[in-house]
Amino acid sequence: MSLTPSQIPLVPKVKKDTIISLLEEGKRIDGRKLDEVRPIKIEPGYVEKADGSALVRLGETVVLAGIKIELGTPYPDSPNEGIMMVNAEFVPVASPYFEPGPPDENAFELARVIDRSFRETHAIKLDELVVVPGQKVLVIWDDIYVLNHAGNLIDAGAIATLAALATTRVPSVDKDADPPIIKRFEYEKELPMEKMVITATIAKIGQHLVVDPNDEEESVADSRLSVSFVRDGTIAGLQKMGEGALEPSDVDDMIELGWKTAKKYFDEIEKAVTSYKRMLKNNAT
Amino acid sequence: MVKKTDILLFDEEKGVRHDGRKPEDMRPVRMQVGVLDNAQGSALVEFGKTRILAAVYGPREILPKHMTLPGRAILRIRYHMAPFSTTERKNPAPSRREIELSKVIREALEASVFTRLYPRTTIDVFIEVLQADGGTRTAGITAASLALADAGIPMRDLIAGVAVGKVGGRIVVDVDEVEDSMGEADMPVAMMPGLGKIVLLQLNGSLSREEFKQAINMAIGAINKIYEMQKSVLKEKFTAYSEAGKNKQQQHS
Repeated sequence: MSLTPSQIPLVPKVKKDTIISLLEEGKRIDGRKLDEVRPIKIEPGYVEKADGSALVRLGETVVLAGIKIELGTPYPDSPNEGIMMVNAEFVPVASPYFEPGPPDENAFELARVIDRSFRETHAIKLDELVVVPGQKVLVIWDDIYVLNHAGNLIDAGAIATLAALATTRVPSVDKDADPPIIKRFEYEKELPMEKMVITATIAKIGQHLVVDPNDEEESVADSRLSVSFVRDGTIAGLQKMGEGALEPSDVDDMIELGWKTAKKYFDEIEKAVTSYKRMLKNNAT
Repeated sequence: MVKKTDILLFDEEKGVRHDGRKPEDMRPVRMQVGVLDNAQGSALVEFGKTRILAAVYGPREILPKHMTLPGRAILRIRYHMAPFSTTERKNPAPSRREIELSKVIREALEASVFTRLYPRTTIDVFIEVLQADGGTRTAGITAASLALADAGIPMRDLIAGVAVGKVGGRIVVDVDEVEDSMGEADMPVAMMPGLGKIVLLQLNGSLSREEFKQAINMAIGAINKIYEMQKSVLKEKFTAYSEAGKNKQQQHS
């Protein structure tokens, strides 16, 4: 069951008025332009025990994604494909509004938006992750951990996921053992990726559209639209959030703004991944 | 169950889909309101084999009180699939999918209901999928909005929804389960058609910008048709009431 939140952070009406009157002048409460994202810092390989990981700072928002690869049974309708699972945890360290316990609807929504964008585009070459056809396949677990909530968790989670997957290594499997077992920390290859996928969120506040909303902007926004993109600009998913409504023309504008933002995210991720891989290579030699 | 390889999703020669529909055709849509005695409002909506029941309870008091809000009613929405509604039995415990859909449906309804008229209460909307054959969330919100209107709860507009998609390379309206599971994209859209506003929008799959524009326009076309059906089914019920009322008055005088 989904309830109207009654524990929402209280934003004084004054603050909402301030945010909107600043937007009228083309400014934002933290000094950004309407189409400007907060500074992005991406640290791949943050968790050594994970098969892939990335710590992402998007302004004050901090998200850590960790990839673990396990052996599992394939789905009956795709016996010759590995499996990708996305899970999000809004742990209570991240915000006074997060409670311990099972994920709430917002955590499920975040995980499912990111999951769908990768799944539907076949971003990971799952057919290369089969151990014993029809019986044993590799399961890619992407666990997204929110460490500090300062708004726009979906984008931060998507950046962390892509950076982590792009630096994930697939462990070797001892196929002679019965049942087969994963040889931990013995890596066979990089995770085979077919496509790069990212998600960018646009908020509508009053009549204004802003990219990468911070927590204050989110709490006064009428609605938000998360748009997932493949590197070539194809739309790979949409999710409208919030209690407001959108005009069809808003949606077009949001998709355009989302694509501009997505390109920035892709650039930052590519930079971070390249320099991380270069570092690994240098360390190896 | 049908095997994936057995089906031609779009027959280019005849220009029809696997069930004989043209790209812009909806399945047969049926609607009924006031189908449950105990609920304040209720509706049964069918899109082909998809069959959804929605019930509204409230505005009513809620315990514990601290969940209420001083300036408005809260909405409590549950989208739920019956265990027998799907090909394989569905565990009745709420899945991640149902939790997410309950949220997006609630947010869509929040945009239409005048919640400020009923402070410190809850308006409960329960959506039960009795049979699932694609497009359950959009049929569900169509039913929920009808049930709210049937309950007499003031709203800015009715909400009507439909799922469009890309199937066998074509943009089509009202995707069914086969098209949803085998097609390239599934895009549920719900609107307040009288106001021209989108209240629910999701996309599962890939579309180019051009395809998206075509899909949203086809959705708007179908939504306007569904909206007319919603209005006529409500009018029918309330006309019957007022006729009955008139007859009674005449008998008394």
